[in-house]
Amino acid sequence: MSKIRKQAGKAWYNIKLYKHYVSVNFRSMMQYKTSFLLSLIGQFLISFNVFLGVFFMFQRFSRVEGFTYSEVLLCFSIVLMEFSLAEMAARGFDAFAGMVRTGEFDRVLVRPQGEIVQVLGSKFELTRIGRMLQAVVMFVYGVVKSQVAWDFPKVLTVIFMLIGGTAVFSGLFLIYAALCFFTLDGLEFMNVFTDGAREFGKYPVGVYGEKAVLFATFIVPYALVQYYPLLYILGRRTSIGYMVLPLAACWFLVPALGLWKFGVRHYKSSGS
Amino acid sequence: MITMEHVHKSYRIAKRNGGFGEAWKSFFHREYEIIHALNDVSFTIQDGEMVGYIGPNGAGKSSTIKILSGILTPDAGTVLVDGKVPYKNRIEHVSRIGVVFGQRSQLWWDVPVIDSFELLKDIYRIPDSQYNQNLEELTELLNLGELVRSPARQLSLGQRMRCEIAASLLHQPRILFLDEPTIGLDAVSKLAVREFILKQNKIHGTTVLLTTHDMQDIEALASRIILIGKGQILMDGGLEDIKKGNKDIDETVAQLYRTYDI
Repeated sequence: MSKIRKQAGKAWYNIKLYKHYVSVNFRSMMQYKTSFLLSLIGQFLISFNVFLGVFFMFQRFSRVEGFTYSEVLLCFSIVLMEFSLAEMAARGFDAFAGMVRTGEFDRVLVRPQGEIVQVLGSKFELTRIGRMLQAVVMFVYGVVKSQVAWDFPKVLTVIFMLIGGTAVFSGLFLIYAALCFFTLDGLEFMNVFTDGAREFGKYPVGVYGEKAVLFATFIVPYALVQYYPLLYILGRRTSIGYMVLPLAACWFLVPALGLWKFGVRHYKSSGS
Repeated sequence: MITMEHVHKSYRIAKRNGGFGEAWKSFFHREYEIIHALNDVSFTIQDGEMVGYIGPNGAGKSSTIKILSGILTPDAGTVLVDGKVPYKNRIEHVSRIGVVFGQRSQLWWDVPVIDSFELLKDIYRIPDSQYNQNLEELTELLNLGELVRSPARQLSLGQRMRCEIAASLLHQPRILFLDEPTIGLDAVSKLAVREFILKQNKIHGTTVLLTTHDMQDIEALASRIILIGKGQILMDGGLEDIKKGNKDIDETVAQLYRTYDI
């Protein structure tokens, strides 16, 4: 019992520390207000582009594999929210290659706190709020246009999707960072899974065929945070299981963390 | 306080010749070279001692510091710092040491230095009263004054180094590792840093291990010198033993390097 309490205390302290890191990051960013605003707008516009892509697509076809325009928007906006949340919080992992190369990671190791909270805290990307904003606008539009009969379980499903999706994308960033221990350089191919997932996430995974669904269910669990719960929200599936699947996707963090720990051990024995 | 016994550490590094063709070849087949950074290194440092650790570039100084501060795990040998093995129980170990990397900053670039200090207070979990007391003392000894209210990017190198040193000592470590703390500093800043390290050692009995290429640093600070070359300890003794009547310390060290061909 006391062990559990100790763990909880530690977790709570990590959250407190992370908040302190975020506030320092925020103060740093506010030193460059113009740059901050421009990046914010840039992020908004980039995502707007993608939205236009979907829009023009539906000018020609009214349905894609049985999904209507507003349903696709709903799907895409949720994926985009998940992605921007993860990118905002886990940006430190994205920039991790630099940390290893410059030896900045040595500094992390000589401080009496966990490596992950320190790496996460090293960079908090507030400009991604621009992307988030875009996603929210799209989401509201999708909600208004689609004829979803919203009730409490469905709202809860959306929240679960956001939690699970942020976990999956953060896990991918974590894997990306862990690989830096072995290559010293960011592996661009990992972007296939992160940026790629965001782009493919425009349409429900089911659109891409059975194999894609299998991959996205058992290897990198995109489908758990996008396709299945979407079916539930749209009323095409009624089982409660579809509602909690996004939370199950959080398990993806376990192998990601394992790889990270392995990477840290490798770093300590090989140096850089 | 610090013991290293028969410590070995080697790295495997990829090697290739210059040129595009060679780069292309190494893409498919890499040749590795084993570098013995530390080859049977042993020494003991007593509580409260100030030791200068010298040697040419690539001699193994940084590897030693990294092993002692728990960043690297040695291939063989035993290491004890304050009765603990540094690379096991990392978190417990590092809360009792301070490390200054002269070439790298640990301060946040764009916010006032005091904000970095406040973050370190949370990282090291320093109680309020102790933090205030330490900060006051460091501010006085290092003459920080209003400096801590400016962002690190606006400070001169000397001012920043004083803040860096303060940052590494906020949690009052018993052992301090200084990796080239005076690199690039002007004469006034150098003297200030040296004077401070001496005082720190006198007041708190802090054990100091210092690497540097600046022999005046050694002369001013260290009563004992360890010379390392090609991963081996070549000499370990008092300043006077090494100088042997030679007046100029730079000359002495250059001679040593030549004698040992390192």
